[in-house]
Amino acid sequence: MLRLIGRVIQPGQAEGEALVSSAPVGFLGGVDPDTGIVIEAGHPLVGQCVAGKVLVFPTGKGSTVGSYTLYRLATRGLAPCALINARSEAIVAVGAIMAEIPMLDQVDISLFHSGDHVRINGEEILVG
Amino acid sequence: MNLTQADQAMLDGSFGPVVQKAMRMVAALGKIFGANELVPVGSAQVSGVSYKNLGDAGLEFLEEWAAQGARVRVPALMNPAGMDLERWREMGISAEFAARQQRVVAALTTMGVTATCTCTPYLVGYEPGAGEHLAWSESSAVSYANSVLGARTNREGGPGALAAAIVGRTAAYGLHLPERRKATHLIDVSCALAGPADYGALGYWVGGQVADGVPYFRLHAPGRRPEQEELMALGAAMGASGAVALYHIEGVTPEAEFARSALKDCAPTRLVVRDLAAAFAALNSPLEHIDFVGLGCPHCTLADIERVAALVKGRRVRATLWVTTSRGVAARARESGAVDTIEASGARVFADTCLVVAPVEELGFRAMATNSAKAAFYAPTHSRIERRFGTLEQCVAAALSGEWPPQDAVAGSGSCCA
Repeated sequence: MLRLIGRVIQPGQAEGEALVSSAPVGFLGGVDPDTGIVIEAGHPLVGQCVAGKVLVFPTGKGSTVGSYTLYRLATRGLAPCALINARSEAIVAVGAIMAEIPMLDQVDISLFHSGDHVRINGEEILVG
Repeated sequence: MNLTQADQAMLDGSFGPVVQKAMRMVAALGKIFGANELVPVGSAQVSGVSYKNLGDAGLEFLEEWAAQGARVRVPALMNPAGMDLERWREMGISAEFAARQQRVVAALTTMGVTATCTCTPYLVGYEPGAGEHLAWSESSAVSYANSVLGARTNREGGPGALAAAIVGRTAAYGLHLPERRKATHLIDVSCALAGPADYGALGYWVGGQVADGVPYFRLHAPGRRPEQEELMALGAAMGASGAVALYHIEGVTPEAEFARSALKDCAPTRLVVRDLAAAFAALNSPLEHIDFVGLGCPHCTLADIERVAALVKGRRVRATLWVTTSRGVAARARESGAVDTIEASGARVFADTCLVVAPVEELGFRAMATNSAKAAFYAPTHSRIERRFGTLEQCVAAALSGEWPPQDAVAGSGSCCA
């Protein structure tokens, strides 16, 4: 069991399976808002579904409209249950707050592997 | 970050869940960008109004927030929508798009955001003062407010600007801080600049070089001071090809002297511009037949509209010609008779929208001409349409003839020099 402390962007509790991306994630055009499946060609997570996962990725990218895509995923029950970034940026951070998805940053994401069981409680992250 | 008691109360939910969410956004942006405090904003300008950009995801959020009672605390203004809110049928917009666009505007109106629907609020009564903090988001408006008016705003995302309007504050980082307004690049321009298209071409090139830096221009060729439309074109282009949100021009813009004193402290990168041929070439697809001409990115001034009227008076256009502007400027142009003159030629003066945010790719146009370097930069990717870029006069000539003469391909207004 690994215990990490992150910086809280959107407070909350969550528990789920990690889905780890080595590349930045852009939600507008990058994730299908009607299925939660990553659709960006060439992306390491292409074809995988973010719904219910603890999505771990370095940082966000793309249009600020991507904030709304996260919100739309959440209203359909297709959003990740939590977001963990190495370094957060405005688009995903604002989207996480809109959609009330627990989010932390300033975390060493190299410690995570897809499939890890992750629990988040405020600033605390438990892995394994 | 140091929050005031009132900030903290908003963050804790004392003002309700909507204000709490908005304050969380503003505070999170402060955290991410290393702000020490929040500052009050005089106004907010909210982008992400066009349904083309916003989509159903944005529409749903705005309606939900409006229904939950979100209300702005400071004057807040809408960026252009995807259509003229009254004359959308004449634009060829589908009823489905129009219905959703009207819902976006209605949701924002419910929250207290004024339906200015323009990237030039400073032309219709919202001219911020020097040193005033703002939360503006459309890149050309941000550039003009910072550079020409001396106000202080970052390039906010649409939702961030709306959140700032709801709490009346924004995080003090980036261009809110005087030290971040110093020049990073010295741009020596030795060729003459004649008209907004030249300034747009210059901005397109410089934006690609300096990314999100703060360029300081020295215009060496003899000539008059840049006019308002030229400053608008310069800033708009640099905000499109780069992420420039502030520039200075020696002897012209209000903070140039401050920026120059800063130039002595550091050794900024120096770039020299001797001609604009490469910039014009990059913004021109090899088109001869033109079916759509778009003027008004940024939104046309009254002088622009009167210029178009003088050029088309008594003639008929062959290509579709849109002149896009704010509703306020359109009303003045109607009073002056310019709108009637332009529309008698078959052209149209549309308010509330522009060629970048309207769904032009769905209207069947294939070959566009524009006097906007910004629109020319975005057209191939954002609207999947090829384009010619030149002066307002060249564009109106193309609308009248339906052709772009090959010899005008990359010459611009002929101001390039070696």
